[in-house]
This record gives sequence, structure tokens and C-alpha cells, in this order.
Amino acid sequence: MIRTEGLEMEFKVGFAMRRVKALKGLTMEVKRGEVFGFLGPNGAGKTTTIKILVGLAYATAGKAWLMGKELGDVRVKEGLGFLPEQPYFYDYLSAWEFLDFYGRLFGIPKKARKDKAVELLGLVGLSQSKDLQLRKFSKGMLQRIGIAQALINDPELVILDEPMSGLDPIGRKDVRDIIMGLKEKGKTVFFSTHILPDVEVICDRVGILVKGELRATGTVGELLGSMEARSMEMTTEGLGPEDLKELERLSRQMVIRDGQASMFFDDPDKAREARRLVCQRGGDIVSLIPHKGSLEDIFVEEVKKGGRP
Amino acid sequence: MKVLAIAVNTFKEVIRDKIFYSLVFFALLIVGASVLLSTLTLGEQSKIIEDLSLNGINLFGVIIAIFVGIGLVNKELEKKTIYTIISKPIKRYQFLLGKYLGLALTLLVYVAVMTLCFLLVLYWYSHIVAVSLLPAVLLIYMELLVVTAAAILFSTFTTPTLSATYTLALYVIGHTITDLKALALTVAKKAPAATSVLDFFYYLLPNLQNFNIKSQVVHDIPVDPGYMCMAITYGLLYIAGLMAVSVLIFQKRNFK
Repeated sequence: MIRTEGLEMEFKVGFAMRRVKALKGLTMEVKRGEVFGFLGPNGAGKTTTIKILVGLAYATAGKAWLMGKELGDVRVKEGLGFLPEQPYFYDYLSAWEFLDFYGRLFGIPKKARKDKAVELLGLVGLSQSKDLQLRKFSKGMLQRIGIAQALINDPELVILDEPMSGLDPIGRKDVRDIIMGLKEKGKTVFFSTHILPDVEVICDRVGILVKGELRATGTVGELLGSMEARSMEMTTEGLGPEDLKELERLSRQMVIRDGQASMFFDDPDKAREARRLVCQRGGDIVSLIPHKGSLEDIFVEEVKKGGRP
Repeated sequence: MKVLAIAVNTFKEVIRDKIFYSLVFFALLIVGASVLLSTLTLGEQSKIIEDLSLNGINLFGVIIAIFVGIGLVNKELEKKTIYTIISKPIKRYQFLLGKYLGLALTLLVYVAVMTLCFLLVLYWYSHIVAVSLLPAVLLIYMELLVVTAAAILFSTFTTPTLSATYTLALYVIGHTITDLKALALTVAKKAPAATSVLDFFYYLLPNLQNFNIKSQVVHDIPVDPGYMCMAITYGLLYIAGLMAVSVLIFQKRNFK
């Protein structure tokens, strides 16, 4: 659905025209029907990649294909839906006029345009506000009408740039539900984000971009599977202050609350020793939780390897 | 169809902007004030109304063309609304053409409404239906179209402030360009090289005086239809040239 080969982007910065590479030979593939999360810290080149894909910027080297057609072919965009980062729209238009305008850009006939607008306003929950000018919309409403705009042509491929940033938890859930709905209809969704818990829930595959290079790609399970259990969290009760002091020496961190002591261990051996100690001193182990790495750990690790941009 | 959709959207954008109305208000004020001023003169009162009103319509039209014109593309870039347009099956030249036609349509409405008001005032004051003034109005509109195209050209590669400055400068140069030709003639013997440079600029820059037949019509001097045709053709060709360069620049741009 999306394929890039050695995509490069070079900017000239400042008065001295210093060359800065925003993308360094990006090669990746997104398959039909999958939800692909594109992760990376600020300045990694996510938005640049997306801009190249949707035709807002031209790559300095490399090639890319959308739906089997090479970029530059305007017909590619017939099947493409796109929501930019922090979108601003024509605030003098009402929601209704707004969708109608985008429908016209695809040359959709009047009747079909009307039906589609009704359907989409329902989908994003804005049917009540259809005659309201966009300048009176809240941030969450703008994001939702933005998504409606991206779906006006019933696209095969939907590209969303940071669709969840700046939204409250309910707004994020709405966006997540819409993406899942698209997946059910067999659409391909490619989106960039920082909000990792959402990625774990909805993405089939993810790619991690750091400093213009793709560091890791695979399913969330694959990426997590490559990690060992990292740390152990143990909660105990019924121990005296002396015992706790000993345990504190073994642990990385200890928190005492409501008569219970929770401690974290990085080293499995130390965790084992601590368990033995608790049993010897007659304390109880309330819980013992191994912490496996989360997507966030992988993300942080990859970013650290690359050095922050 | 797609160009039309963008043109209609641009028309709505300008029509729903308060700045547009304040400029129209001031233009109407000048037409109204011309009646007051005309009472200060002896005889020829309707000429004063005609002269002031035509110049008022022209001046505020140019202000709209420049200040709205430079914003057409810049606002889209600044507010990033262009992102959602260019990612649709729209060619960049279609976008630019749509924006241009949108403002051209707005200016047409502006000129039509102003002319109507002006003719009504004139009729109320001196009971004449001054159809003979219409050729001047047509060429005023032509000049506005050229200025709009220039504003769009500059805004495809530079900031709003610089675009406004350049367009304004081009407007002033366009009205004084015959002096450039005169200068070329005076230095012809001493410095032939300078003459060819001056000649080059004379033909490159727009001669907006071609569109100025206001005093001619006000003084009832008949306008040659051949001249009208030439002026309109000149205007259209110049616009085509400006738009072609705009498209070339815009085509290569990366949007930040």
C-alpha cells in the first residue's frame, strides 16, 4: 500500500545554507489492510515523510509508491485520505459547507456529496453542529471534522499525522474507535504519534523513526518479545523497620504506604534474595509482578541509541 | 469543476471577511463625498463626481487586490489549510488558478456594486445615465486583475509584507513607466547600453497607464474600440505571463 525506497530529504538551514538531512534513506513497506503506527521523537522526520507521501514536499532522493503508483501521479490521491498535524481549516465555513467543498475537489456529484457528508458528520458525532462555522469549534471538534474531511472520498489509504495529540482522553478514544472502524472496513491506516499506549492497542505493526532513520519495525508483539523481563515489583507486609532497611539496600527503590512496602528490583538475583529474606523474617508477600518492557521502553531505548536530535 | 470549487471557496473567504466590507465602505464614502465636494466648484459639478468616484473605485479596488491578493496564498500556507488541498487530487496550478479566479470574481462584484452606486448617485444628482463611463470601469477592472496576478506571483515565494511592498512598488512603477521610456530616449546617444537595459525594463514591467482612460471619459472624449481591444489583450497576456511564472515557482515549492 505504501512503499518507500531510500527516501531522503535535505534542507538548507540558515544563512550559511548548512545542509541538514531530515531523512536518511528511509525504506519501508505498509501492507494493505493494516494499521501502521509511525513512532518517533519530535524532529525525527515523521511529518517530513508524511509530507512527501501526500505530495506537499519533494524528496531529494529515493522513490515512493502509494497503492502501486509512483508519487507524482495525481490519480494516486483519488484513493488517499489525509489529516495534517494540528489542522487549521477554513474557519469561515460551516461544517456542512466544509465537507461539501472537499467533496467537490474530488468531483463527487452533488447527491453523493450530500449523502456522504451526512454519513460522515454522523460518524464523527457532529450532526448537531453541521451549520456552525468552524471558528466556533473546539479543538476536539476540529480534529473530528478533520477526520471526516479525510474520509470524504472513501479512501483506500488513510494517512493521519498525530491524530491524537492535543485531545482529551475521550477525544482520543473517539479517534481510536474511528481508526478501528476503518480497519474493519479493510482500509489501510498509517498514522504518526507519540501516544504509545494507543499504539499498543490499535496498531498491527509499528515503525520507529529516529533522526531520519527507521530503527525498528514489526508487530508490537515482535518488538516486545525481543525484550527480557526487565524488573520485578514486590509488595510485602508484616515486616519490622530493621528488615525493611535490609530490603531497601537490595532494591532500586522502595515505597512504604498503608503498612505495605513496595520495592523494585532490576537484578533477578537480588529479587530472589529479597524473597528469601521476607520468608525468613516471617513477612508476607502480597504481590510479585514481573515488569516486561513496554513499547515505551523500546522507544526510549531506540531514541537513546540514536541520541536525541 | 475543481478550479471552480476553489474559486467559490475563495470568494466566500473574502466576502465573509470584515476587512473587505470596511474597504467597500470607504469606497462608498468617497462616492458620497464627491457629491459634497462637487458643490464647492462652479459648473462642471457632475465631472467632479465622476472623476472622484472613478478614482475612488480604482484606488480601493487596488487596495483590495493587493492586500487580499497577497493573503490568498500566504494565508493558506500560514494556516496550513493548503495541506488538505494539495493532498487531494488537485494539481498545483489548479489551486493557484482557483484562488486567482476567486478574487477576480470578488473584484467583479466589488466593481459592479460600486459602479451601480456611483451611477445612481450621478443620476440622482444630475439626471444623466452615464453609460459612456463604462469603458473606463472595464479597464479599471482589467488593471485590478493585473495587480491581483502580481500579488499572487510575489506571494508564491516571499512573505506577506514583502509581497505587499513589491506589488505596491510594481503598481507605482506601472503608472510612471512612460517616464522610463522618456529616460531611455534622453540617454540614447550618450549610453546606448543603458538604453537597452531601460528598454528591457520598459517592456518587462506592466504599463498600467494603458488601463487609465478615466480623464478621457470624464471629459467626453470618445474611446476608440480598437484601443479598448488592445488594452484588454495586453492585460490578459500580462496576466497569463504572471500566472505562468507563479505556477512554475509554486510547482517546485516544499510546504513547511
